[in-house]
Amino acid sequence: MEILMSVLVGILFTAGTYLVLAKSLLRIVLGTAILGHGALLLLLTMAGLKTGAPPLLGMEGITNYVDPLPQALILTAIVINFGTMGFFLVLAYRSYKELGTDDMEELRGTNNE
Amino acid sequence: MKTNDVILQTVTTVTVFIILTFAAYLFFAGHHDPGGGFIGGLMIASALILLYLAFDIELIHKGLPFDYKLLMGVGMALSLLTGIGAIVLQHPFLSHTFEYVDFPFFGEIELATSVLFELGVTLAVVGATLTIILSISEDV
Amino acid sequence: MNNLVIFPLIIPLFTGVLLIFFSKQVLIQRYITIISLLALFISTLFLIHQVSNEGTQTLNLGGWAPPYGITIVADMFALLLVFTTIIVTLCCLWYAFRTIGKEREKHYFYPIVLFMITGVMGSFLTGDLFNLFVFFEVMLLSSYVLITLGGTNLQLREALKYVLINIVSSMLFLVALAYLYAITGTLNFAHLSMRVAETGQDGLITTVSIFFLIVFALKAALLMYFWLPGSYGAPPMAISAIFAALLTKVGIYAIFRLFTLIFYHEPGVTHYLIAVMGILTMILGGIGAVAYWDIRRILGYNVIIAVGFIVAGLAVFTETAIAGSIYYLIHDMIVKALLFLLAGVMIGLAGTDKLREMSGMIRNHASLGWMFFLAAFALAGVPPLSGFIGKLLVLQGALEEGFYVVAAVGLLTSLMILYSVMKIFMNGFWGENQLSVEDEQMSTRGLMFPCAILAALSVALGLGPEWANVYVMQAEEGLSNPQLYIEAVMGNAD
Repeated sequence: MEILMSVLVGILFTAGTYLVLAKSLLRIVLGTAILGHGALLLLLTMAGLKTGAPPLLGMEGITNYVDPLPQALILTAIVINFGTMGFFLVLAYRSYKELGTDDMEELRGTNNE
Repeated sequence: MKTNDVILQTVTTVTVFIILTFAAYLFFAGHHDPGGGFIGGLMIASALILLYLAFDIELIHKGLPFDYKLLMGVGMALSLLTGIGAIVLQHPFLSHTFEYVDFPFFGEIELATSVLFELGVTLAVVGATLTIILSISEDV
Repeated sequence: MNNLVIFPLIIPLFTGVLLIFFSKQVLIQRYITIISLLALFISTLFLIHQVSNEGTQTLNLGGWAPPYGITIVADMFALLLVFTTIIVTLCCLWYAFRTIGKEREKHYFYPIVLFMITGVMGSFLTGDLFNLFVFFEVMLLSSYVLITLGGTNLQLREALKYVLINIVSSMLFLVALAYLYAITGTLNFAHLSMRVAETGQDGLITTVSIFFLIVFALKAALLMYFWLPGSYGAPPMAISAIFAALLTKVGIYAIFRLFTLIFYHEPGVTHYLIAVMGILTMILGGIGAVAYWDIRRILGYNVIIAVGFIVAGLAVFTETAIAGSIYYLIHDMIVKALLFLLAGVMIGLAGTDKLREMSGMIRNHASLGWMFFLAAFALAGVPPLSGFIGKLLVLQGALEEGFYVVAAVGLLTSLMILYSVMKIFMNGFWGENQLSVEDEQMSTRGLMFPCAILAALSVALGLGPEWANVYVMQAEEGLSNPQLYIEAVMGNAD
């Protein structure tokens, strides 16, 4: 299972990188989302995919618990990703409206107008 | 073209209550089982978003006249205050306690301070989610 | 258990939340912000006093013992940075009162700055790697908002690049975290340090450490600085000053923490790489600073040079050099804020940031001119000012250890810094005065005082390093001796 997941992580990172390198702003936003999913899946996979009971007190007769830490980490990371994505999406939309283009090539430049 | 969303609206009026009930269940289940304030908050937010989708924003605003940014502030303040309460009582920040209290008629119920913390989380999550989604949808 | 440790975190956070309710009353917001920062200042003074007497203080949140719970650790190194952060923020916000404009103030400027400060403080004080990530994100999300606040075209354009770079580097941070967790099974700094020391830092761990180095180098603008000059040039100067003083420093702090506490077993690989990156950063930053004729860009490249220099002190990895780095880090936070604020006044007066279009300001604004002169010399490390002692110690350490290239490049870039900043001074202040008082775009009323505080601090740190020396030495001892940190965290599991 871990190997399958690793392959999937690789595919997600490939797709994410490809999209981030695109010219269109929306593709870049989606690319960062896919990169984020890849990273989270990697975190889950690297911590080990085990099957067991939830690590809660008071459950009788269960010896095989799941490591709760990766899940807590991923939940936090998902929240952060969600916030960042929301902001980036709004920013991309605002920039498209204000600057009149979603082509990163046209957003080049170092001079202050 | 004017879309006909009678089915969506009818279904929504029923489902919203089911979702909200489930949200309340998740919120209280979180104390000993999977669930909790965060996921409960997301559930409540999804119910509200369904309302916004099915009806128009003005109508919902009449029924729910909240400023979601303030709701977020109230939630964060509540969560923080439960943590600060622990400092005042000379315990480490964010310490929580619980007590079994006998209520007449209901019997013994566990009261925990972490419920207040979770309530704050819930309000913050609802506020933040709806702030983000409404600000995206506003000027489309 | 010491609840004072959490105060630098919850005071700004709680104030920020409180200010959301006063978003339309600008005056109330200003007063509350100042009061909270003063409270922060006082509580941090107490904490520093406590730490200097009793050693590193820790707090286990909710009473959960490390390595299972979240630990907040206040050692002297972190506290010195926290303290400097408070002073710099106070001055920058004071400056912002006059310059930032009502529109931004009503759109949650103060709450967001306070949230950013929460993130910065959290990154300095956290005791585990994952919370470092969380606080980094708190800081970065707030900085995204600050950089776009106001929404001018330039801001939007630069913010897109800034946000993208930081999102990608945060993803890499998560990936590095995943690898490290898979290898060691823990993320608590102290516990990590113990485990890595037990099993030995093999090739795999070294590779992961380099991964972390890349992540933090992106955040600290070490070698991978391409995003910095543009994005720091976009927002109003008060915001740029906070960014320049704080954001890259958090990345540097993370590099210091990781490579002195956890990955210190293979300096031949990791610290050598850091040295190379530091040298390249200094040279490239120096070239940038010399080449541009635009105040904001010159200062942006100066931020980059300082990053290279501070990190070079870590790369040398002796007690002298690390102490020098700590001195230089504190000095740089103060002086960069000062320079950005002064440059902000200049740009505000002239209405342009092109050097060729301004001259002769010293006639009407002598104090501005001389303060800039002072800041320029402090930046270059001229003796009686604050940059000197740090530079001296780093160079001394580098020469003792045979890092001749580091020393040579450090000295060379000092000249480049001096040249680039004096270019601003000579073009801006000398020459024919083209700007009569009536033509000026804004008044300097109330702007000089925060700058004067920072300038006075710079002089004080340069003239009297003895009073700072006790604290810097304690900070350096904590960095050179990981055992102290481990004992402080794991020892009092109350």
